[in-house]
Amino acid sequence: MSVGNPKSWMPVKTLTLKGNLSMDANSAARKLELWKGNEAIAEAAVRAGLEAYFGYPITPQTELLEYLSTRLPTLKKRDGGNRVFLQAESELAAINMVYGAAVAGARTMTSSSSPGFSLMQEGLSYIAASQAPCVLVDVMRGGPGLGNLAPTQADYFQLTKGGGHGDYHPIVLAPATVQEAVDLTYNAFDLAEKYRAIVIIAIDGNIGQMMEPVAMPPMRAIEKRDRGWELTGARNRPRRINTSLFLQPHELEHMNRVLSEQDAAVRANETRCVEQFTDDAELIVVAFGSAARIAQTAVKQARARGLRVGLFRPVSLYPFPEDRLTELATRARQFLVVEMNAGQMVQDVRLAVDRAAGAARYPGYAGGALNWSWTPRPTVQFFGTMGGLTPMPDEILERIEKYMPVLPLSETMIERAALDIAYTN
Amino acid sequence: MLTDSMRTVYERPLTLTPALTHYCPGCTHGVIHRLVAEVLDELNVREQTIGVASVGCSVFAYNYFDCDFCEAAHGRAPAMATGVKRVHPDKIVFTYQGDGDLASIGAAEIIHAATRGENITVIFVNNGVYGMTGGQMAPTTLPGMKTTSSQGGRDVETMGYPIRMSELLATLDGASYIVRRSAHDPGHINQTKKAIKTAFQTQQRQMGFALVEILSSCPVNWNMTPVDALCHIKEKMIPYFPLGDFKVAESVKLLKG
Ligand SMILES: Cc1ncc(C[n+]2csc(CCOP(=O)(O)OP(=O)(O)O)c2C)c(N)n1
Repeated sequence: MSVGNPKSWMPVKTLTLKGNLSMDANSAARKLELWKGNEAIAEAAVRAGLEAYFGYPITPQTELLEYLSTRLPTLKKRDGGNRVFLQAESELAAINMVYGAAVAGARTMTSSSSPGFSLMQEGLSYIAASQAPCVLVDVMRGGPGLGNLAPTQADYFQLTKGGGHGDYHPIVLAPATVQEAVDLTYNAFDLAEKYRAIVIIAIDGNIGQMMEPVAMPPMRAIEKRDRGWELTGARNRPRRINTSLFLQPHELEHMNRVLSEQDAAVRANETRCVEQFTDDAELIVVAFGSAARIAQTAVKQARARGLRVGLFRPVSLYPFPEDRLTELATRARQFLVVEMNAGQMVQDVRLAVDRAAGAARYPGYAGGALNWSWTPRPTVQFFGTMGGLTPMPDEILERIEKYMPVLPLSETMIERAALDIAYTN
Repeated sequence: MLTDSMRTVYERPLTLTPALTHYCPGCTHGVIHRLVAEVLDELNVREQTIGVASVGCSVFAYNYFDCDFCEAAHGRAPAMATGVKRVHPDKIVFTYQGDGDLASIGAAEIIHAATRGENITVIFVNNGVYGMTGGQMAPTTLPGMKTTSSQGGRDVETMGYPIRMSELLATLDGASYIVRRSAHDPGHINQTKKAIKTAFQTQQRQMGFALVEILSSCPVNWNMTPVDALCHIKEKMIPYFPLGDFKVAESVKLLKG
């Protein structure tokens, strides 16, 4: 398997990188500066040509809003043009301002944290139906309810499964480092516009708050474009209407088909993941964001002990890199999903692994000996921390050792098992 | 060549499409649409106008206005219009909202758009009920009035009092032009049109937030004939929702003169 070109954000099949936490290998060539996660994301959006930001304060996201409250007006003063910053009266208002700016054709964005994100779900459903491209940042904190300010990954469901009413999926990207957060944000606007979709950057609270060396991408000029759908006034052209209301069932079905086609293209072209040591792994740890970073330490320790363990990190939580996981599930026999929640992504991992059951069969073990009865599929174990606790590497290592297949499966054993199937069938 | 007697004295405004409206007989939404369209024609701004429809009977406003239009979520039109206007400060942006939309679910959005002095125009159609969903009680329903969700009449002890939005919004420093008019007879319709024109001129001259509240009839949900419904506005609604100018900024006063 080749290491994907990290610069290529053009449509590629599942973009699989190996052995590198950052998606942007070229960042090493640029000047490194120390940036706080939230502010770095804000600056990346500015450099991507952000024209209008609307937001509401909530910890642990607030630095993003504060940073833009001075950065955008300063730029506007210097260069003119559209650099709107507005503090909204609520997240409800903020997302609907984004909605307005997006249908008007601007590069627009909001950011929030989990409780505020819940409030935005109504707007997201309308925006999805209206195919208004925009970028959102969710710096996740503890829930449910007011929860707390500590980092979690408990918004996985509300981000990846649609969240609001109706059939739609935003594109959801989960960085593991501040650098990756910058790179994903910088490219998120192009991605949103390409599919006329919502792109959400899902940030664990700790990544928003931590400081790391970052290579900032160059400043891009704001382009004036007419893509045939934005509302700019019907001068010398027929009027344009943007609505999410389709009273006739066949019209609404048609609209949903358009969204489904868009979704199919997203799933075909925008799946991203990073792998380490998966080629010969018998147990694969699956984790995203900061949990993957912690898991990486445990995986390396396990390798040092001679255990065949790998790490699989989905970068796009939606579309979920399910095909690649299914492929891995025909070889690895145990999966350990580590999340900072009660078990959300694990459901998608189970679906992907279950699909492998039809593609391959596995010998089972009992009492340390190869057992010639057949287990249908690898098992998927889960380890989660909640309430803002982060998993520790030794806790993960402990579980790796616990779930590690007792007897390593040798190539001859797999061959003998395969022969056995051939004869018994 | 047209003789004097064949001169066109009345025709469809350019800003209205030929579509037939879906409004019930006797409803004044259609009249108010026409007034807005006439004003946009007279100010010659059709090609630079972006409308924001709301959720309510006027949700399909975009079928009737021949200008760019979007459709907001229930109550959120002022926020959506803010987004549009902030990225197109040189365009004319207006919302068209009912009283359930503006005074109930969207109360926060309208108050904050007004207090920010958002440079938009709001056409606020107050018919005292939730028309589209079949005549339930609205925050503007008169005390004692029977609706499908206050079948014994609005009991203020348990259901609270009606909100006078124009008076409330006029207390905000950010608002520039807040008036209430009525669409129950030709004289009042003419006054309504003048106010709508001032409200759009306020925006055109960058003078800030302008809102025209218009008392409007809903014969079907009021369970009245169209004529009785117009009398109801005059006799019952106006005493509770007095017509008048609640906030006219100095700059806007000069505009009128
Ligand atoms: C979030 C949400 N809640 C409720 C509704 C249902 N709904 C549609 S229109 C409406 C009332 C509109 O009343 P009003 O704003 O007074 O306008 P009218 O129909 O009287 O012109 C309601 C409650 C909705 N569409 N969305």
